[in-house]
Amino acid sequence: MRKYWWKFLGAGLLLFSVIFGFLGETPRREILNETIRMVYFHVPMWFSMMALMISSLVYSVRYLQKGNIRDDIYASQFAAVSIIFGILGFLTGMLWGNFTWGDWLPKDPKLIAVEVGLLIYSAYFILRGSFDDEQRRGRLSAIYNIFAFASFMPLVWILPRLTDSLHPGNGGNPAFGSDMDIKMRMIFYPAVLGWIIIGTWIASLRIRLKLINETINE
Amino acid sequence: MKLLSFLQSVEMADTMRSEGKIYVVVAGLVIIVTGFLAYLFLLDRKVTKLEKEVNNLK
Repeated sequence: MRKYWWKFLGAGLLLFSVIFGFLGETPRREILNETIRMVYFHVPMWFSMMALMISSLVYSVRYLQKGNIRDDIYASQFAAVSIIFGILGFLTGMLWGNFTWGDWLPKDPKLIAVEVGLLIYSAYFILRGSFDDEQRRGRLSAIYNIFAFASFMPLVWILPRLTDSLHPGNGGNPAFGSDMDIKMRMIFYPAVLGWIIIGTWIASLRIRLKLINETINE
Repeated sequence: MKLLSFLQSVEMADTMRSEGKIYVVVAGLVIIVTGFLAYLFLLDRKVTKLEKEVNNLK
């Protein structure tokens, strides 16, 4: 019997963040106005994407160490769900940016870096699709996954900080830390945790289906 | 008093909140998110069932 408690926890945290994300008090800020509530929904997408990408990386490294095909399945499914969260984060960011920066897609280092980063990750799936032999596919895509992770992180989290960017937390712009008060944090952190759990849950469903598929094929 | 009037010069959805209409929005979202989560649970149960079937075949 599988343990369900963490799924209920994730569901509860998500519901909490949706309810109090709208009812909770927020600081009054110029330009942001009520859109400050996007923090509860846009930022957790990126946090979840990061958590899933790190899980994917860990399983890729494990695969290279042990050569167990299960680890390759874990790595690929975590990566697949992380991309979904990345795309959702990007779309919500576009929407938010349109109302605070005045443009859906400004030519901004942070946005371009994320576009490139997500493209690098999409190549991972194209690479996977181009092998028939599962051990070869596992090995090469695990190596590529490590490369993708190692290029994504500096590209998205470090490079935009070295230049100017509209995005908070970059180029001398203060990060959300200074815009959020304690009341917002009480909603923000549960939202992040909730979405990470939901993302892991979805990934676990994909992994289990893939494993069933694998057993049937044997 | 001066601070208060400054704070209120930033436009927020105060009217929507004072009328209580915001609860309608939140209630709608709660229905959608609960439905979405319930569906995820349903899928989870289906996968568990499938796992059991496959393991019995082995």
